[in-house]
Amino acid sequence: MKSFAGFLLGLLFGVGLVISGMSDPAKVLNFLDLFGTWDPSLAFVMGGAVVVTFVGYRLVLNQPQPKLSEVFHLPTKKDIDGQLLTGAALFGVGWGLGGFCPGPAFTAVPLMSDGIIAFFPALLIGMWAGKMAPGLTAARA
Amino acid sequence: MTEFTPLASAFGGALIGLSAVLLLAINGRIAGISGISSAILPPWGGRLREGDIGWRIAFVVGLMAAPILVQAVSGEPIQQTVSSNVALMVIAGLVTGFGSVYGGGCTSGHGVCGMSRLSMRSITATLTFMATGFLTVFVMRHVVGG
Repeated sequence: MKSFAGFLLGLLFGVGLVISGMSDPAKVLNFLDLFGTWDPSLAFVMGGAVVVTFVGYRLVLNQPQPKLSEVFHLPTKKDIDGQLLTGAALFGVGWGLGGFCPGPAFTAVPLMSDGIIAFFPALLIGMWAGKMAPGLTAARA
Repeated sequence: MTEFTPLASAFGGALIGLSAVLLLAINGRIAGISGISSAILPPWGGRLREGDIGWRIAFVVGLMAAPILVQAVSGEPIQQTVSSNVALMVIAGLVTGFGSVYGGGCTSGHGVCGMSRLSMRSITATLTFMATGFLTVFVMRHVVGG
C-alpha cells in the first residue's frame, strides 16, 4: 500500500513538474538568467507549491499519525553548518550548469535526450558520493 | 526565450504541493526528491529490513511515468530543450547530485517542503542554491558565453 501510494504521488508530483514547465531545463535556466532572457515562471511554481504545502502540512500534522506509518518522519537537524551551505552552494552550481534539479531529471529520463543520457548517470554517481562523503552517513542515519 | 506561464506554473506547483502534503499524510514522509532517490542507492543501512525502499522506487517510477501520461492525455510532445554538451551535462549531473545530497535536500526538499515548515536550515539552503544558480548562469551566459 505504501508503494502504491508512492507511485501515485510520484506520478502526481511529476505531472505537476511537467504542467508547470519545470521539466524543461530551458525554463529553469531562463529563470536563473536575471540579466538575460528572464522567465519568472519558476517563482510561480515555488509559490503555488509552498502555499499548498504550508496549509496542507498544518492540517496533516494535526493528525495523530500518517495513514500508513507509525510516525511522521520530519527532519530534526536545526543547525546551519558548513555541510548545509557547501552542499546547497554546489547544488546551485550544478543546477545552473545543466538546468536540471533531481525531480525534473527523473521526468526527463523517458524523453531520452542526449543531455539527460549524459546527466542522469552522473547525477546518481554524485548522489552516491554525497552519501559517502565524510560526516553525512552518520548524520542521515 | 521561453514563454512566461504564470497560470500553468502556479497550477503545476499546486499539484507538486498536493503530492507533498499527501505523501506526509499517507506515508509520513517529506517529498524531497534527492532524499527519496538517494536512499535507493547503497549503502542501505537498515532500510531494506525496515521496508523503507519499495515506496521510494515506486515514487521515482511514478515521476518517470508522468511525462508519458501527460503526452498520452494531451496528444502533444513535451517541450524540452536540453543541452547536448556531454561533458557539461556530466559535470552538471555530478555536482547537482553531490550537492543536493550533501546539503540534505534540493528544490523540493528544502525549497518546497522545508520552506513550508519555516525551517531556517531550508530557507538558508534555498537562498544559497538560488544565489549560486543565478551566479552560475550569469557566468555561463554573460561572461563565458554570450
